[in-house]
Amino acid sequence: MTESNSLLEGCRILDLTDEKGIFAGKVLGDFGADVIKIEKPGGDPARKIGPFYKDIEDPEKSLFWFAANTSKRGITLDIETPEGQEIFKKLAKTADIVIESFKPGYMDSIGLGYCELKEIKPDIILTSITGFGQTGPYAQYETTDLIGTAMGGLARILGDLGTAPIRMGYVSQAHFHAGIQGALGSVMAYYHRELTGEGQQVDVSMQDAVSLTLMNAVEIFELLGANLVGMGQFFISVRPEPVGILFTRMINPCKDGSVLYMFGGGAFGGTVDSSKELVKWANEEGKVLELKDFDFATQWDASNMTQEECDYYHGFMQEFVKNKTKAELYERAVKNRIMLAPCNTVEDVTNDAQLKARGFWEEVEHPELDTTITYPGAPLKMEDTPWKIQRRAPLIGEHNQEIYESLGFSAEEIEHLKTNGIV
Amino acid sequence: MAKQIFEGLKVVDFSWAAAGPQVCRELAEHGATVIRVESHNKPCPLRTFAPHKDSIPGIDRSAFYTAYNTNKYNISLDLTHPEAGEVTRRLIEWADVTGESMTPGTMAKLGLDYESCRKINPGIIYFSTTQQGNYGPHRDFQGVGHHVNALGGFCRCTGWPNSEPTMIFTAYSDYIAPWYIVIAIIGALLRRRKTGEGMHIEQAQLEAGLTFAAPHILDYTVNKRNAVRRGNRDSQISPHGIYPCNGPDRWVAIAVTNEEQWASFCHVIGNPEWTEDAKFATLNDRKQNEDELDQLVGEWTKEHTDDQIMKMMQEAGVPAGIVQTSEDLLNDPQMKHREHSRKLEHPEIGVHSYHAPAYRLSETPCDIYRAGPCLGQDNEYVYREILGFTNDEIADMLVQKVITTEGESLAASW
Repeated sequence: MTESNSLLEGCRILDLTDEKGIFAGKVLGDFGADVIKIEKPGGDPARKIGPFYKDIEDPEKSLFWFAANTSKRGITLDIETPEGQEIFKKLAKTADIVIESFKPGYMDSIGLGYCELKEIKPDIILTSITGFGQTGPYAQYETTDLIGTAMGGLARILGDLGTAPIRMGYVSQAHFHAGIQGALGSVMAYYHRELTGEGQQVDVSMQDAVSLTLMNAVEIFELLGANLVGMGQFFISVRPEPVGILFTRMINPCKDGSVLYMFGGGAFGGTVDSSKELVKWANEEGKVLELKDFDFATQWDASNMTQEECDYYHGFMQEFVKNKTKAELYERAVKNRIMLAPCNTVEDVTNDAQLKARGFWEEVEHPELDTTITYPGAPLKMEDTPWKIQRRAPLIGEHNQEIYESLGFSAEEIEHLKTNGIV
Repeated sequence: MAKQIFEGLKVVDFSWAAAGPQVCRELAEHGATVIRVESHNKPCPLRTFAPHKDSIPGIDRSAFYTAYNTNKYNISLDLTHPEAGEVTRRLIEWADVTGESMTPGTMAKLGLDYESCRKINPGIIYFSTTQQGNYGPHRDFQGVGHHVNALGGFCRCTGWPNSEPTMIFTAYSDYIAPWYIVIAIIGALLRRRKTGEGMHIEQAQLEAGLTFAAPHILDYTVNKRNAVRRGNRDSQISPHGIYPCNGPDRWVAIAVTNEEQWASFCHVIGNPEWTEDAKFATLNDRKQNEDELDQLVGEWTKEHTDDQIMKMMQEAGVPAGIVQTSEDLLNDPQMKHREHSRKLEHPEIGVHSYHAPAYRLSETPCDIYRAGPCLGQDNEYVYREILGFTNDEIADMLVQKVITTEGESLAASW
């Protein structure tokens, strides 16, 4: 394929997904797989998802599309026509993995199910990313990102105390979780294929993917009988009666916004040292002298502490933090290993000194917009096979010519396909 | 037992807390032999976190720990002991893959950083995952995944417009970062087959987490727009929200994504007069009158249970779903159908549920057969059978406390 030294070089992926699974191909493409995004003639509906470049609603200007389709080439093809299906089969012969996110049964209904694909390419891998998986009582359910977040259990643990559940603020989180799990399942199957020559089907459920983000919430219910719901700014310690539940405020206001910090003691050594450092800082300024000699390791007993005691101690720190800026709090936190971080805005994130120093940001050229756009960069670093945005997201049908030519179509035949609305 | 993808693959897991151990768990659940190395002097922090069996803290009583370490062997080894070097040398020599998630610099001090391991085993694949990376001005920052929630903007942008930022309960990037590493390890294994070379994979969890913020980052870098808290609203879907249902603290999510679904939605709720109102006629109209719309939808949902609403809506082709609690997940018919929760018996905790991966592989399914181990549970097997120490040598290491057997008693952190 290319001469570049990329991790998944030589792995070809056909990407038929909509926004539910669109992230999977991006993940694998950025690791160097040759991902071909196949869109309906006219363009994929995910191009209508905002935000847009300079707020101009245009299928070639969706920032969502840009973000979720890096490192892919793009072609248009109508796989609902017999001619389109034949072309898809030709492509499938050259592919290692097909990723799709249609309703279960759709691929079979158009003659492109796993059995048909296997006849063309016996070791093909077919990855299907859907809301709830290929079979089961909810398999045919309609989903969106919100529905995935709700059914997977994440929405219920978010939201403020006593208010309605809420979704993650950043868009498409359930879709991205489904996508990355689809990428993971696909490379697992690819590894097996490379070792044994055997292909298989990979069946991803967005609901399951979301449920994996719940940390220890399910275990807490099972062992302690407590459903964690709407915790807002608080951490909740589930303790047996008579002491009961303890609320610890982890998000607190500061002078120019909010910060998240852990304050307390007990067994988790980091918190003890961190709390001591925080008190020491306050003491230097003549504040929080009440806790000057407080021994967080032995005097802080989270398993028996009353809510009043907890609030009493936290009150001192809240008072101290309130008058400091995010920047000064974080600077000291980094220096003295205080477990405190600012609640950054996206702007703050783009200015973060650490991310800059590590070269996190990637500049990607968009020649047709006559501009360069800054993208989030590598999820991890590898020296010899660096992660890289191989190319910006494809324009509609951008690679029709080169890909159809590589399948042996003449310029005339491609023109004919265009006229007939196949591509 | 079905075929396992990673049968024969050998992994030494020096990582701890949540992100690193999930990497090795994923390999273990697909057939790899994984040895988790811990010590009683410095056990994994997850052992101190809830939930503990009967709320009584104890080194082998946390279900949080067991859930993240299924199928792994566990040995107790004091890495700081001068005599530990021979054990780690044999471990590294034996392994295909190893990984760590210690504070930056720790592994170098122990003589176990990538360069040192590579001298012992040139083909080793080595991952490091830390909060902010092994280098850079903030590398020594101390925090857990929740600090990444704050640093990455997840807290600030989640919540209601008029509320404070949300803490997010879950250490969110810990549920993104590991999957990138597993993908990289698989790529590295395939590459090693061709080149014989090992690899160092270095990760900052903050950076991995931010890949999920990409659309908003572009919105800022292009449009200079800072994402704001907007509750459950979506700019292109309406109604789009979470609404109260009949029953104690029960909620349903509904997302009407197009005009056809809007017509179906109105039909399901019995076409009340307000649905005919011009102010709700199109998406634009509904967006402009969304507070009132949500109020009206909520009045209807209150009359029905979450399950009824989900089924009525879904039958009509309208996306809707129960806002599920942890308890609901364990009883969810779809998740049961997929066997998402696996029951395993743990010697101290007893039987409880373990999440399976979110993907089902038709020919090489995962096999989750053993609860996360007690500390040092497999010392005998690993030291003798895998690493080849004699009984006398093992006895000596026990006396010298190279192999640890006890530490200070453990209190709960949270």
